[in-house]
Amino acid sequence: MTAVSDREQLRYIAAQAADARINFEIETEGMTINLGPQHPATHGTLRIVAKLDAEQVITAEPVAGYMHRGYEKICEARTYPQINTLVNRIDWLGSFANEVPFILASERLMDVEAPPRAQWIRTAMFEMSRIANLVLFAGDTALQIGGQTAAFYGFRDREFVLNQIEAVSGGRFHPNFDRIGGLKDDLPKGWIAETKTAMEKVRAFCDEIDDLVTGNEIFQARTRGVGIIPADVAQSYGLSGANLRGSGVDWDLRRDSHSGLVHRELDWKVHTHPDGDCFSRWWVRIQEIREATRMVDQCLDGLPSGPIMAKVPRIIKVPAGEAYVETENPLGAMGYYVVSKGDLGPFRLKIRSASFNNISVLPWVLRGVYVPDIVSILASLYFILGDIDR
Amino acid sequence: MSPDTDAPPEVEAADDAPRDEAREALRDRFAAELGDAVVDSHIAVGSTLWVRVTAEAWRTAGQVARDHLGCRWFDFISGVDWLPSPWGRYENDGFDQPAEPDTEITSSDPTRHPDGAGSAGPVFETGVAGGEARFQLLARVVNLAEHTDIILKADVGDDMTMPSWVPLYDGADWHERETWEMFGITFEGHPGLRHIYLPADFEGHPLRKDFPLIARMVKPWPGIVDVEPMPAEDEPAEDEPAADEGDAEGGEA
Repeated sequence: MTAVSDREQLRYIAAQAADARINFEIETEGMTINLGPQHPATHGTLRIVAKLDAEQVITAEPVAGYMHRGYEKICEARTYPQINTLVNRIDWLGSFANEVPFILASERLMDVEAPPRAQWIRTAMFEMSRIANLVLFAGDTALQIGGQTAAFYGFRDREFVLNQIEAVSGGRFHPNFDRIGGLKDDLPKGWIAETKTAMEKVRAFCDEIDDLVTGNEIFQARTRGVGIIPADVAQSYGLSGANLRGSGVDWDLRRDSHSGLVHRELDWKVHTHPDGDCFSRWWVRIQEIREATRMVDQCLDGLPSGPIMAKVPRIIKVPAGEAYVETENPLGAMGYYVVSKGDLGPFRLKIRSASFNNISVLPWVLRGVYVPDIVSILASLYFILGDIDR
Repeated sequence: MSPDTDAPPEVEAADDAPRDEAREALRDRFAAELGDAVVDSHIAVGSTLWVRVTAEAWRTAGQVARDHLGCRWFDFISGVDWLPSPWGRYENDGFDQPAEPDTEITSSDPTRHPDGAGSAGPVFETGVAGGEARFQLLARVVNLAEHTDIILKADVGDDMTMPSWVPLYDGADWHERETWEMFGITFEGHPGLRHIYLPADFEGHPLRKDFPLIARMVKPWPGIVDVEPMPAEDEPAEDEPAADEGDAEGGEA
């Protein structure tokens, strides 16, 4: 079934099985376990049906859909500003980032460009939602692997960022701040200085996590060499974000596409890791938090003055056409394919969410692993259920 | 963006319209491999290349994109139903519309169907790069090394069957399952078309336009109770309800 490398897969399984040879010598009876639908490792309600041979997974089948909300259908009966509110709920840990590709796609169809100030604030908030999302990832992954302390640090420290998002937009989780043609409001007074302090704290959090988790012997034993995804498999499944870069593919839409954000004017680095295992995905994400704080700082330093809203009609009608815009969201590449017929709302809206592709690799990567490694792999692939089920 | 379908290259070269040479070259490379299977194409300068291929060549097109153009990164597969919604466009339209969807429309010529938005202008009903069928398949693949990407389209024939891309891209598995359940397009060669989001006994294909958004039909959109008609408006004209709703929305925004 797999197009790419059954051979590599088999080699991998064989390597895993080598030290569990007893499974082959003693005929053990197969067993099916359900992981989920309600399991802390699933960030919502994902169920994984795993057939086991003793401690090893023979086949694993993720079952999605427990939270399918039918956005693509609802959006056909909504106006563009209403959809902005809806799509906030796709990846609920980094909500602002969900709005951006949709707004950019609509702007491309309308031939509107947001004023420079709006673009810079947008980029800053885009990166802040990445930080809010990935800081929780750091805490949550450690929790799932057995380190409770880091989870509390994660929940504590993402508040620094959420407070700033709330200060500017009024919503901690669902800012609904982006508009076609710009932003809802300008920044409040004193916000820039406060945000810079928050970024300092986030950088301190990264150092703390590195001390606490990354270098931890148990953590490394649970993640190094576990859940290896080679680069060609990752591409074939359409993995994106840190999952792709963790497999050594140097691809980041912030650097490699012209989507309408100002990342290309900032000084930052795309981190990749050649190993493709759980640890490399973790490591790439921690580096991305650091880079994101640097980007926010640069955005705030270089913030141009001027209006935050372009001239757009009060009632937004998007001209007929089709556009696809994809951005590098916290979970990976997220895109909106907007088909407009010149109405108040889109004729069809295809939402390409990152987690859907990211976890479609699970049947491949879970073959042959041990049961406790399922959790490590799930945690390191990092998905949000809302981003799978839409 | 020009709403009409792409002009042939020789006509395009005649005027001063901005050109996108990189994407034109990509299209030509693609067309050279596929020959007659390329039906139409469209380039949005600086952003996107669409190529429409025949249904039979769907898998070959994927193969060419993967092996000859190096587009090894799989993005998505989805579909579009070009039937104008028989239930009306807006939240509160469902009540005034006939309960029977207009089943007269066949896949042969959707452009003939009266649709308020596009009937006056050039034919747009089936979107960029054209189309002759009600259902179209849509896929995007990317070459990560050369930073090129291509959106492939294909008309789905009346038998609603398309070749599967699973042998080419592993990620196509879930996307084809989703497209199958949402549009009812069957993929030949797929290892197991099962429901992915919906319950296993779900009937119908929700993203088809003639599938009603039932929540809106049983309960009116709660937002509309806030909208009082302007005092001067006695008999709203044909287009007024749309404007009304836009006003209500604009007020919130």
